[in-house]
Amino acid sequence: MKTDGIPRALVIGAGIAGMQAALDIANAGFEVVLVERRPSIGGHMLQLSETFPTLDCAQCILTPRTVEVGQHPRIRLYTYSEVVGLEGDVGRFRARIRRRPAYVDWSRCTGCGLCQEKCPARVLSDFDEGVGRRKAIYTLSPQAVPNKPVIDPASCIYFQRGKCRACEKLCPTGAIAFDQQETTVEEEVGAIVVATGFGLYPPAEIGEYGAGALADVLTGIQFERLLSASGPTAGQIRRPSDGKEPKEVVFVQCVRSRDPERGMPYCSRICCMYTAKHAMLYKHRVHDGQAYVFYIDIRSAGKNYEEFVQRAMEEERVLYIRGRVSRLFPQDGKVIVWGTDTLTGKPVEVAADMVVLATAVVADPSAQELAAILGIEVDEHGFFREADEAMRPMESTRPGIYLAGAAQSPKDIPDTVAQASGAAAKVLALFQRWTQKEQG
Amino acid sequence: MEIAYFPGCTLSTKAQGLDRSARASLEALGIVLREIPEWNCCGAAFPLTNDDLRLAGAVRNLVRTAEMGQEELLALCSTCYNVTKRANRVMREDEARRERINAFIEAQYDGRVRVLHLLDLLRDRLGFEALRQRVVRPLEGLRLAAYYGCFLLRPADEIALDDPEMPHLFEDFLAALGAEPVLYPHRGECCGSYLAVGAPDIARDASYRILHAARVSGADALVTSCPLCHYNLDHPQQEMAVRYPGFRPLPVFYITQVLGIALGLETEGFGFERHTVDPSPLLARIPEKVGTP
Amino acid sequence: MRLVLNPSTLGSELVRRVEDLSGQDVMACYQCGNCSAGCPAAGAMDLLPNQIVRLLQLGCVEEALRARAIWYCAACLTCEARCPKGIDVARLTEALRTLALEQGIRHIAIEEFPPEVLAEMPQQAFVGGFRKYSI
Repeated sequence: MKTDGIPRALVIGAGIAGMQAALDIANAGFEVVLVERRPSIGGHMLQLSETFPTLDCAQCILTPRTVEVGQHPRIRLYTYSEVVGLEGDVGRFRARIRRRPAYVDWSRCTGCGLCQEKCPARVLSDFDEGVGRRKAIYTLSPQAVPNKPVIDPASCIYFQRGKCRACEKLCPTGAIAFDQQETTVEEEVGAIVVATGFGLYPPAEIGEYGAGALADVLTGIQFERLLSASGPTAGQIRRPSDGKEPKEVVFVQCVRSRDPERGMPYCSRICCMYTAKHAMLYKHRVHDGQAYVFYIDIRSAGKNYEEFVQRAMEEERVLYIRGRVSRLFPQDGKVIVWGTDTLTGKPVEVAADMVVLATAVVADPSAQELAAILGIEVDEHGFFREADEAMRPMESTRPGIYLAGAAQSPKDIPDTVAQASGAAAKVLALFQRWTQKEQG
Repeated sequence: MEIAYFPGCTLSTKAQGLDRSARASLEALGIVLREIPEWNCCGAAFPLTNDDLRLAGAVRNLVRTAEMGQEELLALCSTCYNVTKRANRVMREDEARRERINAFIEAQYDGRVRVLHLLDLLRDRLGFEALRQRVVRPLEGLRLAAYYGCFLLRPADEIALDDPEMPHLFEDFLAALGAEPVLYPHRGECCGSYLAVGAPDIARDASYRILHAARVSGADALVTSCPLCHYNLDHPQQEMAVRYPGFRPLPVFYITQVLGIALGLETEGFGFERHTVDPSPLLARIPEKVGTP
Repeated sequence: MRLVLNPSTLGSELVRRVEDLSGQDVMACYQCGNCSAGCPAAGAMDLLPNQIVRLLQLGCVEEALRARAIWYCAACLTCEARCPKGIDVARLTEALRTLALEQGIRHIAIEEFPPEVLAEMPQQAFVGGFRKYSI
């Protein structure tokens, strides 16, 4: 057993899992290197409107954490960066971190936002999951930590055609740096926490639901952006096709989840709850709207979860229909939904204004590559493999590397936070052994 | 090139238009059809129970093909194509059933023949681009809705002609003929099939949905590859006009009828007179030949 | 009157025959209803496809055999294409028809056909129809 090592941690991924782990370790007095692929931290949780079961505003409960991380004296934060190499072993890892060029000198940038306001190039935003737009120079959200923009060369008029440079002309501190290069840094750490989050099943591969080409058929995360007060529609629910408010919305659960034949065999765990949340929030915004939820089972096992779902049914009068949806197709400006009510044995049809698909939670597409770099295993679905499913769910298959959050398996926020703190505790146990003097 | 050809019972009688337009069109394209000798009915429905003997009819046709020394067999009717291709796979992959069926029909067939439909024959052996160049009477201005039905798409792993939920093969074919393919939601929904015998109301409603969706999407006509689909879609349209207010009849073509027209062939013998919904007004809209064949 | 469940009703000879004939495992079905949702004939059925499967799961084969729904299956295979558990419901339905025919239940006979329909309809409809509906 290793008796000494560097009491410094690397946390990969700065969503809620990574932030929790980083804060726990840093607040215990140790240094953390926190690497995040996106330009700013917060992960998927920052995209949410409200969280279940409390319906707290996601940004309101998250920003204390993001700010704490951003200002913590013992957290070295690298955003817009990725881990591209790892050498060494537990106690003494050497991580190579590639820093993408932001084309903005963050040491000069004050976060005033003028560049973003005046940039003429607009493209579909990843943060808004394609239902909203951003500029070529952008921050992910108004509360971004760090609140510094990056330039996306693929959509920047200067990078593509050599013209414009409006941001450069307008920036009061001269922070634009088109000639910035990618850099690489090396960090030595004793332990690693992998908290890289999850992906979602692509709707383009679901032919019977329109293959992603029907404007008014959205995924859950897209609907989340519509619900969000800081989202593209300022929290108003609008049909992408014609901008009208939908009066009948169908929510479809288990889209390619619990589907060994054509999708993922497992249950994605969060969809029953977030669908109930979506249906309730929809009713809060559109009082005369009708929500339908097509489900197979309702999985609401957490604290106050069952009560939450029952509120959707009783108080908001969301109609829950037990049966999968076989097809969606367009007709007369609506989306026709063909399902079954298995409980009465009736085939049903709804002419919906909007359909929201709860698509399966899948492993992040980058997980395989990261696993190879770190020397850890992934399971048959691409999630990082735990040392033992029952007894060691926070440990990867390699000593010194721990797992936290949906990167290991689909889970909700409370379980993610719990697991992240657990992983941090494992790390702290190592650090404590390495820094403690031998007792008599 | 040449290929073994299995017309099937319906093409030889009530759907002669499909057979004749096919023979004329393929001849014009330089594809020689060698009708297999002593063929029998394919069975018209793939047996879904583990009943080997009911495959014998379809397998016998494959045996004839192999005996002719042919490697590929063309079936035009979607049903014949589906049944024969599925039966062929059983012979190729299921050793126990292969032995039983071979013993029953006294043959030694091992599934070596490849079963083709007109669409993959044209796509893979000729190419749609080459087809486009042979078109002398482009179906300009004709908005055609391809009707795949069930048998060209399912079961997806066995038929594997195209993506079962979002196919485009048939539309690519129609585009090569100069027509404007129209997409509509029910391209792959069932027309009702042999429910025309046992539950005609269900077949009529299923076919109505298809026709209505095509009409609403702007189609001038439907194009199909199966005589039973044609019957279900074409024949009850008078009844549909009575039953569904606002229903406007839609002509239904066979795949090789439109092919033959586009190749500039004489259409006598194509069987248009047997259609319930008269396609002549639509045919009159097709511009005359532009090139020499 | 309650439906009495016990191992002998659940694993009856008839259930085994249905599974042998169809090659399908009825217990794989988790009653999601996708089959019924996509079935083009479901609107006319007395029992939906998923309900037929449910009867088989409960050992109630005789009741399933008496359903009119089993004669309305066109074998379009939409159910098989979309079932998340890979069950070919059309095969189960055909197995039930086979058993029904064995028991002398028949859906339709050729004598009942009007001659003008016989003249018009493609014979593949008959061949297919009679293989499904009659001995």
